[in-house]
Amino acid sequence: MSHELETASRPETLRRVAIDPVSRVEGHGKVTILLDENNKIHQVRLHIVEFRGFERFIQGRPYWEVPVMVQRLCGICPVSHHLAASKALDVMLGIRQITPTAEKVRRLMHYGQMLQSHALHFFHLSSPDLLFGFDSEVALRNIVGVAAAHPEIARKGVLLRKFGQEVIHMTAGKRVHGTGAVPGGVNKSLAAADRAALLKDVYQMVAWSREAVQISKQLHTATPALYDVFGNFRSNFMSIVAPDGGMDFYHGALRARDADGRLLFDQVNYQGYNDLIEEEVRPWSYMKFPFLRSLGKEDGWYRVGPLARVQNCDQISSPLADGERKEFVAYGKGQPIHATLAYHWARMIEMLYAAETIKELLHDDDIEGSDLMVTGTRQPGEEAEGVGVIEAPRGTLFHHYRVGEDDLVTMANLIVSTTHNNQAMNTAVREVAKKYLTGREITEGLLNHIEIAIRAFDPCLSCATHALGRMPLEVAIVGADGTLIDEVTRDHRGLTRALA
Amino acid sequence: MSRMNEQQVFLIDGRDVPFAPGQTVMQAALDAGVYIPHLCFHPQFKPHGSCKLCTVKVNGRPATSCTLPVAAGMEIESETAELKDKRRMLLQMLFVEGNHFCPSCEKSGNCKLQALAYDLGMMSPHYDHFFPDRPVDATHPEILLDFNRCILCELCVRASGEVDRKNVFALSGRGITKHLIVNSESGRLGDTDMSTTDMAMSVCPVGVILKKRVGFAVPVGQRKYDTIPISEQFGDAPNAVLEQTR
Ligand code: SF4
Ligand code: FES
Repeated sequence: MSHELETASRPETLRRVAIDPVSRVEGHGKVTILLDENNKIHQVRLHIVEFRGFERFIQGRPYWEVPVMVQRLCGICPVSHHLAASKALDVMLGIRQITPTAEKVRRLMHYGQMLQSHALHFFHLSSPDLLFGFDSEVALRNIVGVAAAHPEIARKGVLLRKFGQEVIHMTAGKRVHGTGAVPGGVNKSLAAADRAALLKDVYQMVAWSREAVQISKQLHTATPALYDVFGNFRSNFMSIVAPDGGMDFYHGALRARDADGRLLFDQVNYQGYNDLIEEEVRPWSYMKFPFLRSLGKEDGWYRVGPLARVQNCDQISSPLADGERKEFVAYGKGQPIHATLAYHWARMIEMLYAAETIKELLHDDDIEGSDLMVTGTRQPGEEAEGVGVIEAPRGTLFHHYRVGEDDLVTMANLIVSTTHNNQAMNTAVREVAKKYLTGREITEGLLNHIEIAIRAFDPCLSCATHALGRMPLEVAIVGADGTLIDEVTRDHRGLTRALA
Repeated sequence: MSRMNEQQVFLIDGRDVPFAPGQTVMQAALDAGVYIPHLCFHPQFKPHGSCKLCTVKVNGRPATSCTLPVAAGMEIESETAELKDKRRMLLQMLFVEGNHFCPSCEKSGNCKLQALAYDLGMMSPHYDHFFPDRPVDATHPEILLDFNRCILCELCVRASGEVDRKNVFALSGRGITKHLIVNSESGRLGDTDMSTTDMAMSVCPVGVILKKRVGFAVPVGQRKYDTIPISEQFGDAPNAVLEQTR
């Protein structure tokens, strides 16, 4: 697992290509590629600017504000931050077990989030590339194009997402920035009328999620030369799993496998994550590079998110999703699947699991219960501490807080999914650049290949900038002496060349 | 036209409003169910006239209704486009002077500043934020002071002095440097005898004086101003959260 192409030997002699999506507070990404005069690639880097100021912002605030405040971290999956923070603060307050109603309402909220986020990613952001092809007509390659060519698929995508948003709205109190989870539990359970309304639609959601798995699976079986090969590289995988090794998005313990699928560790309590994971700082990137201490910097990096979770677990508790998981695993013929585009397939299996789980939860009367909150005995001593981990749509999310005796936060450390995947996304971009860009003139279609590799991970930066379906790109080709040779901008108006 | 025992009346926006001798325009209006926006006025305390939100026009001239004694036959304009604009502007200035981060504020939904902003249709802060640096005071075991949200209405000063008889709070400085202070040698709340049952605990119109460890126990959507606008609610009953946690 070398870091080939991370650093060129004589960068001053090379041309630079920068792919620069327009920034948003959630994150900002940029790809730089150094080419020589024969368009041979010497260096590829994905830079992600995280909004790191947040941890400082939280320091000095009263802890009970934190679960609501952290939702501002991400415009797309605020619920994940809301719940990870609540879980960390449960621990800080010495609460070992929340009530069944509280746990189930939180789960419902979270699975609603998974459903809406996965639907958004697949139908709105990725389906244009997947259905029309990576080099297809730019004007068509968006959700509007999908709606015209495949109206049924587009419609189901919209309704799946809407259903997920409804679940969030009914459990968190608001569609975004809700306040449903509080340290110690939740502040409301599901209203009977809301439960009935969701139950009416949930069967349809399960059926449509099943269809989505078929679409994503067929991409691999129909075009294995592309789907199984594009951005394929070996890595370790990490996620949380339930005590029985099953898939769980809300709670569990840490498990990691190596590139051959062998267990590296299992059922490790995440309160001690600092003993497992270290974060490396590299001078050229704002975002850190986490790695497993036991394997070291070179070999210890890993992937998180759907591809990791589907292959890391031993089973999925819902029958339809588990059947799909088995097919997925069988497709690897005894080896883990490492193809970048398999993220989409795994993501749709997860969406099916989320839909089936929502159905289960809606049939459970606890979801309407009135026993909402428990109190605990705060850990003694000057500082109380807690770690909360959740499987967010994009992967494992860590929240870690220390709180002083005066109830103010003294330390916050967050490791978001996109950070876990930092090395993996860099490697994916390098693989794709090497294979598709080497020796060729840069075209929009080729740049889109790079973007597709990044987007498969569903990093926060891409969802933040993809609201309209396409990442705005800015490409500067700079000569060895630093002069601008060409500049290509791609935005909603299409491709424009400034010079040349 | 009723001839109710010579009940004296004045006019607000063309409507007859009865009053008792010695009442201010604000008191008479509220008693009659006519809402005039206000932040520093509280029926239990001597009016203060500082926030200017209650500004009306008396026979064409601006005046603060909380300090203005009523006289028979007065003609008051209140709900005019011009006055609403002025009030909105005052609110915008209050918002940018402090750090008001509503989504994570426990007072959200029970906050008069926020409720008025909604009621008056304030869509944006309009002015540049000051982003003042005001650390919170968390030294009291039960009470948090978040000065970021203080609008200097002095209701806590008045409640703590006149009702609680503890004089915990005071204002210090002038003009732009004016700020709320705690009257203890260290300047910290932990070194005062303030308690959660004090009246000063419940009068703050915004989210400065908060009971610790209470956060979002009442869901958004079930709070005082979530469904009924402030202009349709009268009186100054303590908000639901405080009642519940006492
Ligand atoms: S703390 Fe509240 S009650 Fe006291 S002056 Fe500030 S805004 Fe008014
Ligand atoms: S309420 Fe009259 S000036 Fe504040």
